[in-house]
Amino acid sequence: MNGSRGVAVDVLVVGAGPAGLSAAITAAEHGKRVLVLDQGLRPGGQIWRHRDAAALPVGARAMLERARTTGVRIASGARVVDAISAGELIVDFRGRVDRQRSGALIIATGAKERFLPFPGWTLPGVVGVGGLQALLKSGLSLSGARVVIAGTGPLLFPVAATVARAGAELLLVAEQASWSGLAAFGARLVSKPMALRQAVVYRWAFRNAPLRTSSWVTAAEGYGRLRRVIMHERGRSSVIDCDWLATGAGLVPNTEVAQVVGCALDVDAIRVDALQATSVAGVWAAGECTGVKGDAAAIAEGAVAGHAAAGEESTANGRALQRDRDAGRGFAKRLAATFAPRAELLQLAHADTVICRCEDVRRGDIDPAWTQRQAKLWTRMGMGECQGAVCGPACAALFNWEQNVARPPIGAPRCGEWGEELGETRDERRETRGGGALSS
Amino acid sequence: MTGNVTIVVDGVPHPVPADITLAAALLNLGVAAFRRDLSHNARGPVCGMGTCFECRVTVDGVTNVRACLELVRAGMSVQSGA
Amino acid sequence: MAGAPDVIVIGAGLVGTMTALGLVEAGASVTLIEAAFPGGGSTGAAMGHIVAMDDSPAQLALCAHSRKRWGQLAASLPSSGEVDRCGTLWIAADDAELDAGRGRLAGYANHHVNAEAVDARALYQLEPQLRPGLAGALHVPGDAVCYPPAIARALTDRAAASGRCVMLRARVQALAPQAVHLSDGATMRADAIVVAAGVASPDLVPGLPIVPRKGHLVISDRHPGMVRHQLVELGYLQSAHTFGAASVAFNVQPRRTGQVLIGSSRELVGCNMQINRELLGAMLRRATDFLPALRRVRALRTWVGFRPATPDKLPLIGRWPAIDGVWIAAGHEGLGITMATGTADLIVAGILGRQPPINADPFLPDRPMPAMAHAG
Repeated sequence: MNGSRGVAVDVLVVGAGPAGLSAAITAAEHGKRVLVLDQGLRPGGQIWRHRDAAALPVGARAMLERARTTGVRIASGARVVDAISAGELIVDFRGRVDRQRSGALIIATGAKERFLPFPGWTLPGVVGVGGLQALLKSGLSLSGARVVIAGTGPLLFPVAATVARAGAELLLVAEQASWSGLAAFGARLVSKPMALRQAVVYRWAFRNAPLRTSSWVTAAEGYGRLRRVIMHERGRSSVIDCDWLATGAGLVPNTEVAQVVGCALDVDAIRVDALQATSVAGVWAAGECTGVKGDAAAIAEGAVAGHAAAGEESTANGRALQRDRDAGRGFAKRLAATFAPRAELLQLAHADTVICRCEDVRRGDIDPAWTQRQAKLWTRMGMGECQGAVCGPACAALFNWEQNVARPPIGAPRCGEWGEELGETRDERRETRGGGALSS
Repeated sequence: MTGNVTIVVDGVPHPVPADITLAAALLNLGVAAFRRDLSHNARGPVCGMGTCFECRVTVDGVTNVRACLELVRAGMSVQSGA
Repeated sequence: MAGAPDVIVIGAGLVGTMTALGLVEAGASVTLIEAAFPGGGSTGAAMGHIVAMDDSPAQLALCAHSRKRWGQLAASLPSSGEVDRCGTLWIAADDAELDAGRGRLAGYANHHVNAEAVDARALYQLEPQLRPGLAGALHVPGDAVCYPPAIARALTDRAAASGRCVMLRARVQALAPQAVHLSDGATMRADAIVVAAGVASPDLVPGLPIVPRKGHLVISDRHPGMVRHQLVELGYLQSAHTFGAASVAFNVQPRRTGQVLIGSSRELVGCNMQINRELLGAMLRRATDFLPALRRVRALRTWVGFRPATPDKLPLIGRWPAIDGVWIAAGHEGLGITMATGTADLIVAGILGRQPPINADPFLPDRPMPAMAHAG
């Protein structure tokens, strides 16, 4: 939103998904001036991505409404580029780069999909499970298109439902986890009747498509775009002609902003304490970026972070909140155990299969005995546009390498604008130029 | 309903819904090769959320614009397959 | 020593790997000791230029010889080494700078380095994206750029393929006369020991006058043809050769990938990996000032590296008399990639008792040295 740029706020939140909105609302209810930076075109994050708010679930609409009534400002299309310090970020506000100062920072950058390379995964038409969902919600028309979904985890159901409702011909939904694992996970949902009911609603929506466990894609084929997929379905190989393959091997936390701010990680997630505080003073983190756990837990974590960042630590430490937070952490562990990519998925890439999509580095170019840094310097792996966002998690799984190290800048800003913000502050420049309209 | 806008894709004007992303618009128009990799193979959108950089196209002369992060705009001129 | 010597080379940066290969080709048996992997130190952070720098006659002599040797080597390197003989344009902002640049032509001619002064019109034909109002440039067409870590890897493989070079992944704890103590407690002996450990060399050889001089680099997305030559402002020499305060200078390279590599900065802050955003900003603004088209080029990544700098701006190459059998090949500041070939030649000649290809005296590690500048 215009008018919010550059002016210092009490609490700055990065990400307007469930965790970020929850944190922002909570902090605003303590009387703090709150600004949320969000890369999306509209608030809601990936799970509540929408074109028309009327299509959102009731809870999501209520939360967006609460953000409005509590005076939370949301800057959509705003991307964090770099951090001068925890209290001063460089932000690309829809093409205009500026500094954004704050007293406290809450990182709620969500998660991204993990892809494990297989032959043909670079063909157009092969997209992420969440990727297809995002494209659909952004206006992609799938009417009459033949779609195969092959992934893992709770994301499969809502995406399959969306695809079916969009009028696509959904040919197969394949879950790589085993039926027994899935059943055990489902049994735990008995304590969450809402989630169970939701799963049934989703399954009803894609009732015409078969759902197979212990099944995954082994190759995609086509010339110039996807024509067919080779599936491994419970021990048998099958070929399915299709236009789209939505695939992925679960979600991994987005930690680039946290890393550039200097926050420590626990394996692949931002390390936080019971109050969602990171290793950097004045910085909190909430939601999937601290470990993938679903929207309900993300909302609880956001509230804890919002209280803590507002200086209300005893509220943040409240029993009910902490119980919800702990429940979310337990759920995260069960999620990770149930839907961990099976070993077969790590063997799919051939020597000529691309691993690094930006620099076209192939499996055979890489020696697993190397370190990640060695592979980068010797093969350019992870040195391209996405800076290892895609191949980093893949290589961590394939080769047991350390997590991808994010370096500034984030998201490839233009040299001119980034360079200008790296020097003296804008306010200082205004002063030397005889004053400006904005101050803080 | 928000109506249509006209965007120019590889020199050809097309009306598209005004409230969709450029990535969705190009896919709906049948564009498969948003960009070409180093071996000249076609690449298209993957993550849909700005992470993978596979949906890069040239917009109004600016190269390497992520189509999934841009809304369509009236008169926008897009070059794909570079 | 009788027959072919056994030599230990410490450090598999470009200087170390080039020296190891040179020794192997001269008949020596080599153990190349590296704590991490070939090309992973300053070599991996370097811009990768192969240039005739002429701050002093000795510097130009070594650069010119090294560049000639690169020319002989280049054809045998894999394409991943990205050697590109794009030439350098030393940009003159005004007529005074262009005149000063012309003054360097005689020195170049003395060392058979082809160079010419070009006027503004010719400059803009060579590089249309440069900002208007520049006076001209000094064009050095034989200069090149390369991708150093891939070359370090290739040289290591080649040396190993000879059967006379063993690559040892280990950390060296200390040196002794004709011996090396490893951190795992082992001791290795050799006729000669070459310290090519860059900024880490003083850890092994106390008193070696080398300090880390930090630099930042930024790599862009792909814009093939936008820049055609390595571009350096003539003021670069001022930045490169004045110790003390942090400085930036305009220096960009076209890469084989179509990317633009943007430098440069210099500061004496020890081996501090933190990005100095103030300095980085000044560096980027300097670059976009000379090359306005860079403003719209997107920055993919930034990193820092450490140049092994000496007080008199010349590398330390030759015998270290204080420890028997120890030779130094370090302290090249920003010219380690360029001078790797010539350094290898000097070390090989020294250890094998051959005539050096150029006068080696200006580089002797125990030469009298001005006092070392310190950060602060």
